[in-house]
Amino acid sequence: MDWTFIQEYIPMYVEAGELTLTIGILGIILSILIGMIASAIEYYKIPVLRQIVSIYVELSRNTPLLVQLFFLYFGLPKIGIRWSSELCGIVGLSFLGGSYMTEAFRSGLETVEPIQKESALSLGFTPLETMIDVILPQALAVTVPSLVANVIFLIKETSVFSGIALADLMYVAKDLIGLYYKTPEALSMLVLAYLIILLPVSIIGTLLERRLRYAGFGN
Amino acid sequence: MAEVQLSIKNLHKSYDRLDVLKGVDLDVHKGEVVVLLGPSGCGKSTLLRCINGLETINEGTITLDGEVISGKSQAEMSKYRQKIGMVFQSYDLFPHKNIIDNITMAPRKVQGRDRVSAEKEARDLLARVGLLDKEKAFPRMLSGGQKQRVAIVRALEMHPEMMLFDEVTAALDPEMVREVLDVMLELAGQGLTMLIVTHEMAFARAIADRIIFMDGGHIVEQSDPETFFTHPKTDRAKEFLENFEFVARKRKNDSV
Ligand SMILES: Nc1ncnc2c1ncn2[C@@H]1O[C@H](COP(=O)(O)OP(=O)(O)OP(=O)(O)O)[C@@H](O)[C@H]1O
Ligand SMILES: [Mg+2]
Repeated sequence: MDWTFIQEYIPMYVEAGELTLTIGILGIILSILIGMIASAIEYYKIPVLRQIVSIYVELSRNTPLLVQLFFLYFGLPKIGIRWSSELCGIVGLSFLGGSYMTEAFRSGLETVEPIQKESALSLGFTPLETMIDVILPQALAVTVPSLVANVIFLIKETSVFSGIALADLMYVAKDLIGLYYKTPEALSMLVLAYLIILLPVSIIGTLLERRLRYAGFGN
Repeated sequence: MAEVQLSIKNLHKSYDRLDVLKGVDLDVHKGEVVVLLGPSGCGKSTLLRCINGLETINEGTITLDGEVISGKSQAEMSKYRQKIGMVFQSYDLFPHKNIIDNITMAPRKVQGRDRVSAEKEARDLLARVGLLDKEKAFPRMLSGGQKQRVAIVRALEMHPEMMLFDEVTAALDPEMVREVLDVMLELAGQGLTMLIVTHEMAFARAIADRIIFMDGGHIVEQSDPETFFTHPKTDRAKEFLENFEFVARKRKNDSV
């Protein structure tokens, strides 16, 4: 290991890590928003929009992120839509993540028995109060584990951003290997960078799961 | 006779192509206890669900205290549902809330009552059904019979004008049926208007002011409990009652 090399290039990784995180976080927030809206459309069985949601989910889940990004970054400019690679990254990640989040929320909502909704309604709760006070808390307890898994999955997926010339972590590592042949150093730093980002997510997720699963329901 | 509280006129309800209720007319008077009997699938649950708007109806009107409550949106129904308590067959407590919160959630959120008075009333009601020590427990720690008693208390805490009970003991172990029925008998004694679906014939006979017998989507027969159980008018009611007798005799033979 060339420690001076590592020291010298740490700032590059930090910078790339920040970019990866920024895009990752924005993409994940948008994914969650898409997931909430799309799963609500499915739950309330809103006609037309519902069909659009299922087409979207199939399309998004069955194409690789890199292909989606190529489409956004290289394909759309051909018909006059131009965006920065950062924006492409955010949009691409949200497009992919949205469908995973939709599935996560949907499976959570599905586990709540219809009788829960009916008994809330028959107590005089409005449909909105029923959703917020009775259905969502139960659904979220089921959803959180897959939500956390999705967040980790999406952050890992950012590693294909280098394919559209985004200077993310993967890009920097490839760059350093190409320029200096410092393969072990560059890759070790890459692994470490991802661990630094993902370990806290994973730990927080586990804690959250435990809290929701055990405290809330009085086990 | 007391004033009419709930009035159902020419109620029709179908699911897709299946006609379940084919023109039901029923008046329930203030303080009256009406028990609804009938073979499985004849539409008893559907009738109760139509009354508090859980099913949309195809034709007819439902009136509560002179106000039409059928054909309203879910949001509008909230107001009327507060006057109609309902307890279902499956235990329907909110699993993420403890017992006291299960009971006080709706009064606080829907009726804007303050926590202290809502909880005080909840404890009084819990004491009446013998469950005061369970206020901090979660639903999954309770037996079926205890859960149903809490479900009744939860509905009562809203101060309903009438209660609908849909086979609330059908899913219970036999030894827990009694504790729930006793609570209902006590409520009937206090003059609460009740519409009850049950398969417990002895209980029906004891609690009812009037028996309604449904079959094939119609009310076929109605009379006071003594008349209904001793001299049913229609063949269909006779057959229905014989089924229960048959069950009883068979059990007797089995145990010999
Ligand atoms: N959501 C639904 N969709 C379609 N059909 C339904 C639905 N709910 C009930 N049914 C049908 O309507 C008919 C009446 O059902 P309902 O539950 O009202 O009967 P019930 O008298 O309460 O019977 P039980 O004594 O078994 O509870 C049955 O044939 C049932 O299969
Ligand atoms: Mg039924």
